[in-house]
Amino acid sequence: MLEVFVFSTLNGLVTGLLLFMLASGLTLIFSMMGVLNFAHASFYMLGAYFAYSVSLKLGFWAGLFFAPLLVGTLGALVERYALRRVHAYGHVAELVFTFGLAFLIEEAVQFFWGADTKNYRSPDLLDFPLFVLFGQEFSAYRGFMITISVGIFLVLFYVLTRSRIGIIIQAAITHPHTVANLGHNVPLIFMAVFGVGTALAGVAGVIAGPVLTTFPGMAVVLGSIVFVIVVIGGLGSLGGAFVASLMIGLLQSYAIASNLGMPDLLNLLGLDFSRDHPLNDLWTLTLPQIAPVLPFLLLVLVLIFRPTGLAGKREE
Amino acid sequence: MKRLHCRNTLRFLLTGLVLSALSTTSAQEPVRIAFIDPLSGTFAAIGTSGLKQLQYAADELFNSKGGILGGRMIEIVPLDNKQSPTDTQIQFRRAVSEGLRIIFQGNSSAVANTLNSTISRHNRRNPGQEILQINYSAVDPILTNEQCSFWHFRFDAHAVMKLNVLTDYIAMSSDIKKIYIIGQDYSFGQVVSDTSIALLREKRPDIEIVGNEFHPIGQVKDFTPYVTKIVSSDADAVITGNFGADMVSLARSIIDSGLDIPIYTFYAAYDGITATLGADGVDKIYLVHNDAGNPLPTEERLAYTRNFKRLNPNNDMTQFRITNALQMLVQAMEASQSTDPYDIALALEDMRFTNMSGEELWMRGEDHQIIQPLHISVHTDQNIVVDADNSGFGLYRDFSVGGDETVVDHSCRMRRPRR
Repeated sequence: MLEVFVFSTLNGLVTGLLLFMLASGLTLIFSMMGVLNFAHASFYMLGAYFAYSVSLKLGFWAGLFFAPLLVGTLGALVERYALRRVHAYGHVAELVFTFGLAFLIEEAVQFFWGADTKNYRSPDLLDFPLFVLFGQEFSAYRGFMITISVGIFLVLFYVLTRSRIGIIIQAAITHPHTVANLGHNVPLIFMAVFGVGTALAGVAGVIAGPVLTTFPGMAVVLGSIVFVIVVIGGLGSLGGAFVASLMIGLLQSYAIASNLGMPDLLNLLGLDFSRDHPLNDLWTLTLPQIAPVLPFLLLVLVLIFRPTGLAGKREE
Repeated sequence: MKRLHCRNTLRFLLTGLVLSALSTTSAQEPVRIAFIDPLSGTFAAIGTSGLKQLQYAADELFNSKGGILGGRMIEIVPLDNKQSPTDTQIQFRRAVSEGLRIIFQGNSSAVANTLNSTISRHNRRNPGQEILQINYSAVDPILTNEQCSFWHFRFDAHAVMKLNVLTDYIAMSSDIKKIYIIGQDYSFGQVVSDTSIALLREKRPDIEIVGNEFHPIGQVKDFTPYVTKIVSSDADAVITGNFGADMVSLARSIIDSGLDIPIYTFYAAYDGITATLGADGVDKIYLVHNDAGNPLPTEERLAYTRNFKRLNPNNDMTQFRITNALQMLVQAMEASQSTDPYDIALALEDMRFTNMSGEELWMRGEDHQIIQPLHISVHTDQNIVVDADNSGFGLYRDFSVGGDETVVDHSCRMRRPRR
C-alpha cells in the first residue's frame, strides 16, 4: 500500500508540475489580455514537434534549447501581427481568433509531420533508473522533469515578484495607461509576455513529448485540463495556478491508484443490487474509471461554491 | 486587351466543361465506394492509412487492369468522420445524397454500431435504395451477434474469436500465473476484459486476474499511475485492447518502469507505434491479428506489399483485410453482375475465397462474419523482411491457427429482407 502511495505522489507531482508549466503561461496571458488563449496547448504541441525535429539532427539537448525559442518567437509574432489587430474588435474576436489558431496549428502539424506517432526519445544520458523503491523504478528522466518544472517556477516567481521587469509587467497588467505614461512600451511588454508564455508551453512540450508520446492529438488531450486548472486556481493568479496544478495532478494520480468505487459505498450502506439491474453500470463504477473526469467535476464544484477560483480576486 | 484575354479564358473553360461532360457520358460510370473513417483529429493516422490501402487495392488490382464489370472503374470517396458517431451520421447522409451505396468503415466499434443501426433503419424505410456496410476492422462481437444485420459484413475476426486464440496461446506458457487486464472504457474494451476473464478461467483456472482496469478513451495524459498499479500487483503479463495513442503511451510507460513482462495486444503495431516502441519492445509486445506477418507467405503477397511501400514510402500495409474485403466485394459484384447492395449481399453470403497470402476465407452466411486463419506475432527485429514504420522492427509470426479452429457460435437471428 505504501509503495502505491509513494509512487502515486511522485506521478502526481510530475503531472502537476508539467500542467503548471502550461497553466502559468496561460494565466499570465489571461491577466494581460483578458481572454483565454485557446491555442495555448497547441504551442505546447509545437514545442514537442520542433524538439523532435531538432533532436533528429542535433540531439535532445539542442531541442530543449532551440524548440522553446522557436515557439516563443512564433508566439510573439502571432501577438504582434495577428492578435494585436484583432484586439481592436474586442474580446470575442480575440477568443474566436485563438480558437481558430488552435485548429490551424493542429492541421499544420498533421500536414508537416504526418498523423502518426513520432518516435521522439528521451536522451540516453537520462536513460537509467534514478532510484528503485519497493521494486519499482523511478526513471531519471522523470526526476529531470520535476527539476526543470520547479526551476521554472522559482525563476518565474522571482522575476515577477522581485525584479524590476516583474514590477513593470504587473503594473502593465493592472494600469496599462499609467505605465505607458511613465515611458514604458506597453505593447512591447505584452508581446514579450505572450512570447514567454508560449515559450513556457514549448518547454513543457519538449520535456513531455518523450513520455506522453508526440502525436497530433496531444494538444487536445492536455488543453481542456489546463483551462480547468486556470479557472480553479483563479483566473490570472500564478500562485493559484500552482496550487491547482499540483492538486489536479495528485487528485488524478490518487484516484487511479485507489481501488474504491460504488460497490464499496453500497457495502458500507448495506445495499446490494443484482447484476442485471438497469443501472448496473452506475453501481459498478469505480474511482479509477472516472479519474480523468474528476478535474471537471472539481471545476463545477469550484464554480458553484467559489466562482473566483481558489486565489482569484473578485472583479469590481 | 484584358477583356479579350478574359473572354478567351472563359471560352477555354467552357470548352473544357463540355469536353469533360462528353467524356463522362462516353466512358462507363465508375463504381463509387464511400470510405467513412477518421481522416483528421486524434485518430487520423489509422484512418488515412486505411484509405491509402483501399485506394491502392482498387487501383492495383482492378483499375489498372481495365476495371470491373466490363470496364467500370472503382472510385473511392473519402468522408471524414473524426471517429465520432455524430459526424458519422452527417457523413452517412452525405453518402446517401451523393448516391453512394457501399460504405467501407472500420475504426471504432462505437462508430460501426451507430452506422449499423442507421443503415438498418435507412434500408427499412427506403426499399430499393439500400446501403451496404463493409466493416473491415470493428471487432465488437455484437455486430455479428445480437445486432447482426443483413446489410453488414465483417472482414475481421471479432474480439471473442481473437481472444480465443490469444488465451490458447497464454494457456501454453505455464510460467504465467497472474494477469492484469487494462483497456479503454467502451464497448470493445469491456468485451476484451469480460471475455479474457471467462476464457482464462476455463482454460487455466490457476491464473489469477490481479487487475481489471478501465480508463476513458483518448483522455489519459500519462499512464504511469496505471503502471504503478500493474507493478505492485506482481502481474506476469498484461492484456489490453488499446489502440492508437492510448496503446503507445501504455506500452511505453510499462517498458519505462523497467517491468519485463509480455504485453498481449490487438493493435500495438504500425502508424508510428512500432517505431516508438523500437528496441525496448522486442519480445515483449505480442499481437493477435488476421495477417500472416513476417515471413510473408507468398511471393505474390510480398510483391503486392513491396509495391504499396514503393508508392507510399511513409505508410505500411497495416490492414491487409481491406484488400481481402475489396477482392471479395468485387467477386460478389462480378458473380451477380450487379452493384446493387441486395445482390452483392446474397453473393457474399457463404462465399469462399483464397486470398493473396494463400489463406482460405469463408464469409459465414448466418451472421456475415468472416472465418479466416488467425496469428499471434511478436514485435522484433529478427528475420523481418517487411518492417513497420521504416524502423527495421516488425511483426514475426509465432503461432497460427486455421480458420476452422477460430469458429465460435453466434446468436444472430438475421432479419432477411424480402424482394
